[in-house]
Amino acid sequence: MFSNRYIFIYSTVMVIIVAAVLSTVTMLLKPYQDRNITNAKMQGILASAEITASADDAKILYERYITEEVVIDHEGNVICIYKDQEFEKGDTRAFEIDLKTELYKKATGKPFKVPLYIAHVDKKIVYIVPLLGKGLWGPVYGNIAFDEEFNEIFGAEFGHDKETPGLGAEISTREFAEQFIGKMIFDETGRFTSIKVVKGGASTLPADQRIHGVDAVSGGTITSNSVTDMLEDCLENYVLYINKKK
Amino acid sequence: MSSEKKEREPLFSARNRKLITLPLGRDNPITVQVLGICSALAVTAKLEPAFVMALSVIFVLGVGNVLIALLRKTIAPRIRIIVQLTVIATLVILVDQFLKAFAYDVSKQLSVFVGLIITNCIIMGRFEAFAMNNKSWPAFLDGVGNAWGYGWILIVVSFFRELLGSGTIWGYPVLEKIGLFNIGYENNGMMILPPMALIVVGVIIWVQRSKDKELIEEK
Amino acid sequence: MNELTSIFVKSMFIDNMIFAYFLGMCSYLAVSKTVKTSVGLGIAVIFVLGITVPVNYLINEFLLGPGALSWLGPGFVEVDLSFLSFIMFIAVIASMVQLVEMVIEKFSPALYNSLGIFLPLIAVNCAILGGSLFMQEREYQSLAEATSFGLGSGVGWLLAIVGIAAIREKIRYSNVPAPLRGLGITFIITGLMGIAFMMFMGIKF
Repeated sequence: MFSNRYIFIYSTVMVIIVAAVLSTVTMLLKPYQDRNITNAKMQGILASAEITASADDAKILYERYITEEVVIDHEGNVICIYKDQEFEKGDTRAFEIDLKTELYKKATGKPFKVPLYIAHVDKKIVYIVPLLGKGLWGPVYGNIAFDEEFNEIFGAEFGHDKETPGLGAEISTREFAEQFIGKMIFDETGRFTSIKVVKGGASTLPADQRIHGVDAVSGGTITSNSVTDMLEDCLENYVLYINKKK
Repeated sequence: MSSEKKEREPLFSARNRKLITLPLGRDNPITVQVLGICSALAVTAKLEPAFVMALSVIFVLGVGNVLIALLRKTIAPRIRIIVQLTVIATLVILVDQFLKAFAYDVSKQLSVFVGLIITNCIIMGRFEAFAMNNKSWPAFLDGVGNAWGYGWILIVVSFFRELLGSGTIWGYPVLEKIGLFNIGYENNGMMILPPMALIVVGVIIWVQRSKDKELIEEK
Repeated sequence: MNELTSIFVKSMFIDNMIFAYFLGMCSYLAVSKTVKTSVGLGIAVIFVLGITVPVNYLINEFLLGPGALSWLGPGFVEVDLSFLSFIMFIAVIASMVQLVEMVIEKFSPALYNSLGIFLPLIAVNCAILGGSLFMQEREYQSLAEATSFGLGSGVGWLLAIVGIAAIREKIRYSNVPAPLRGLGITFIITGLMGIAFMMFMGIKF
């Protein structure tokens, strides 16, 4: 009933129609999708600097507050500066750097670069560092903001894709992020300590280390450890840069 | 079509109504036909993604059934599986792209499970069993009926899991508002973990079969 | 090497296709009545996952992903075909399953007979497509990682189906409440097995 010729033509026509429909729809929707991803990223960065933005005003607020985007290489040198919507040095925007690729380069011992955002909030300069790490079920990520000295934490924001609801997922709550405010990542001697998420609470640490620890989320041990690892893995890339600045 | 006028039945004849109602109960895709459980249960920890998932499946199965029913006379039997898969995959990609563009948060929660609608056995099953031998209108009803039969199980499961696990309904903290927490009630975190979805479905099957004795399996 | 073992064990126990993601439930419920057939299906799943995940990894890496076509020339760097991945993956899977079917038919007619209609069903087994989609989503960094993930998930699936089949063989002698008989009790047992598997979550490599 159906010849091979018929089947062949039928499949060809089908493939062409499907390809045409799909590419048209993807092209039409691409701008919307990209905007969603950019907005979510901007919202995260702003949230760590204590600025709440909705998806609609994320772009406006981002341009208002984040005045400078800096790219730093693995030796702590500034290689790109993007200030007031113009390049002052180099040609890469920190916003466009894929942290995941860079961290993979770092893990495999290749040279890498990391982004840094500089914001002006209430006449204060705030440095914002994006974070990315592996949680229990999927990625955990966040942004952490520092004061002018790059030591005391100004604000933080964490997110996750699929940590266990009610347990590990609690890292994305305001209560968890608020604990970070005022903590330090360097001790008095200037040694990098990062921030530890401590099971059983930061109060179990020796008195002089409490300033470098926060309480873990209850029941979410693996996710809490992932946050500790993520903080160390991402923040240590900036130590050389900070020391040079000082 | 006018030559068939004699045998033409009203849009909602008894036979057509059955296409919608049977899958909701006695012929339910999940609890009776045991199809399409794969892509479903993982999205039932919260009501909202479960609802979006149900809508997506209704769209894919409704439209897909109509397309297959329209094309049924042109499809060579030898390539029918490929044609069916292409139709499903195309529709699913459309759903996925639209979710990413207009419901970004939900699409992130559903992650790969939207893609897994492709392998949802209900869809292939209905294409094979119904759409290949029926006209487009009954096929549409059959598609929507089956997808809805699948969807309501998702919604029931996710309702209980969200209520007991997070104490919320559609993100609204019901249990907190009525003051249960003040008298010492605590959320059951267990409900949110994957295994509880299976147990909830097991209980739904139990309830359904206690009511409808004919569904009880032979020993 | 350490990373590979960790992915293997993790996908086998912690991210178990059945207990954590409910993938491949249809064939899991339908074929798990006897241990013998479920071992056969489980091995088929390992085999198919072990082939399709790496193949789809290569396709994703060199055809579909953002910038994947850059080997064609600098003009192709911007091309992102990842919206085609669903169709591409399912096509690869369908042809691989066809291949496995022919191989099994040739070398083990007994197994072919006992698996019957379930082999074609592997094509629409969500665990297989799920494997490829998770591989894409989790962005494994090398072919070896993708293969180890595919095999690990397959072994996890085999463990799950053989486990439930063994329990179902025994449960025939128990007095299950009539409305729960068959499907209902299988769901609940799977849930309980899932809870047992969750204890592996604490393992860290």
